Amino acid sequence: MNRSWRSEIGWFALILPAFLLMTVFYIAPILQVLAISFTEPQPGLGNYERLFTSESIHRVIVTTLRICLITTVLALLLGYAMSYTIALASPRARRWWILAVLVPLWISVLVRAFAWVTLLRRQGLVNNTLLEAGIIAEPLALVWNEFGIVVGMVHYMVPYAVLPMLASMREIDPRLLSAARGLGASRNAVFARVFLPLSLPGLIAAGVLVFIFSLGFYITPAILGGGKTLMVAEWIGLQILDLIRWGLGTMMATMLVVSILTTLAIFSRIVDLRRIFGSGA
Amino acid sequence: MEGLHKPGPFARSLAWAVALYLVLPISIVLPVSLTDQRFLSLPQDGLSLRHYVNLFASSEWLDSIGQSLLIAVASTVIAVVAGTLCAIGCWRIARRSTDLVRAMMLLPIIIPSIVYAVGLYRYFAKLDLLDNFWGVAIAHGVTGIPYVVITVSTALAAFDPRLEQAARGMGANLVQTLRWVILPRIAPGIVSGAIFAFIHSWDELVIVLFIASRDVFTLPRRIWDGINENLDPTMAAVAVLMVAFTLLLLLADMALRKRHDS
Repeated sequence: MNRSWRSEIGWFALILPAFLLMTVFYIAPILQVLAISFTEPQPGLGNYERLFTSESIHRVIVTTLRICLITTVLALLLGYAMSYTIALASPRARRWWILAVLVPLWISVLVRAFAWVTLLRRQGLVNNTLLEAGIIAEPLALVWNEFGIVVGMVHYMVPYAVLPMLASMREIDPRLLSAARGLGASRNAVFARVFLPLSLPGLIAAGVLVFIFSLGFYITPAILGGGKTLMVAEWIGLQILDLIRWGLGTMMATMLVVSILTTLAIFSRIVDLRRIFGSGA
Repeated sequence: MEGLHKPGPFARSLAWAVALYLVLPISIVLPVSLTDQRFLSLPQDGLSLRHYVNLFASSEWLDSIGQSLLIAVASTVIAVVAGTLCAIGCWRIARRSTDLVRAMMLLPIIIPSIVYAVGLYRYFAKLDLLDNFWGVAIAHGVTGIPYVVITVSTALAAFDPRLEQAARGMGANLVQTLRWVILPRIAPGIVSGAIFAFIHSWDELVIVLFIASRDVFTLPRRIWDGINENLDPTMAAVAVLMVAFTLLLLLADMALRKRHDS
């Protein structure tokens, strides 16, 4: 009895370093953000009042939600086509497809934003090519606006959309599909009546993941938006670093965390969160 | 499964288009880095390595690369030690309370880094850790823990708990069980976690923007300044090196998994 109790203590001791690190260096700073939003510049709910009264805050929130929704829909659409093809590919081809998803996933987001700027700016490769080919007379405004942000964000989010969808599609028994074909269903009917319903949990999980990642995205919108189209994360950075308005910045940061956790809480009733964050969840 | 049900031509061509959309824009940095011009462009009259020469002759860039490497190594050590032990503890105890601990370890992936960065800016000011090597290493280490917890937990899910019980039954103490029974079997998971934690720190920018300014100037920070100030082809050379480095780490991870599977 004594022995098993002692070993239990031992296992708990293994958790301790991570628990302490996390509490002291992660949770505490985050809680401080929450505290500042209620205490500066004066104690009270003044910062949260601005949420309802300030026109510029409304604009930032609407812009953020619009870009996030467009990004999520596009990333899901493109990611679905890709996962569908990967799930039905031969094992050999599948390895290459998965590589095409994983490599961009791990390449620095800065490098990717830089590549997009190189391609899309006024004297960029896309505009130059189109001008030389005589297709356009004036360079198109492809970056430093909302279009550029969406292009870069979808590019970042497609791999995150593919991974949960692919995981759920691979659980679909391929014999179901051939059985449906054998019973006379057309390819489209097999997809619409068998494959799509079975892949729905993965689709929802991917949607939640992409949406919450998009909400707090900083680097890509900051570079490809060129400071003209502000999303929430960049707005928070601006309040803190340039305008030294800690109260407003931390209020928005708190709202960001609350919206993300609420989204997760709602969808955890519909889909298994393990699908989103792997077996570690 | 093969030959039974294949995706139609529409799905296939869309998938190919998406794959090109994912990969091609990134690969554009390679020809741009080899341009013979002074500005961002494709090579005009021939290839040139001058931008790589510029890069390696610049003490600023080299200094940032060195700092980023050191920070990434230090933070990977923090994340791997804390994350691995925590994943093992949670796996072995497996109660409601440890599910909560594991969920807490995932917070850095869920909560946007801008929120953490803002909080840390104030918090580190009090602890005198702003613009400090260890400040950045700790911040990157803590936010790297989730990657290690996920990969190690996945490895543990495939581990037969009876092996651990057998070792304990034969008189091994906790340290011996860890050292000789558990750790060797989950080593590939730990290495994967280490690689991802390393890449996380190596690429991290948002936290660094807030808690470092002069003494600590990492590679992503210098790239960020470069993109915002002068877009010159040296940036493309840096980008190529970063892509090559990431590819190398990913290949190492894949080779490791393959060896473990066979």
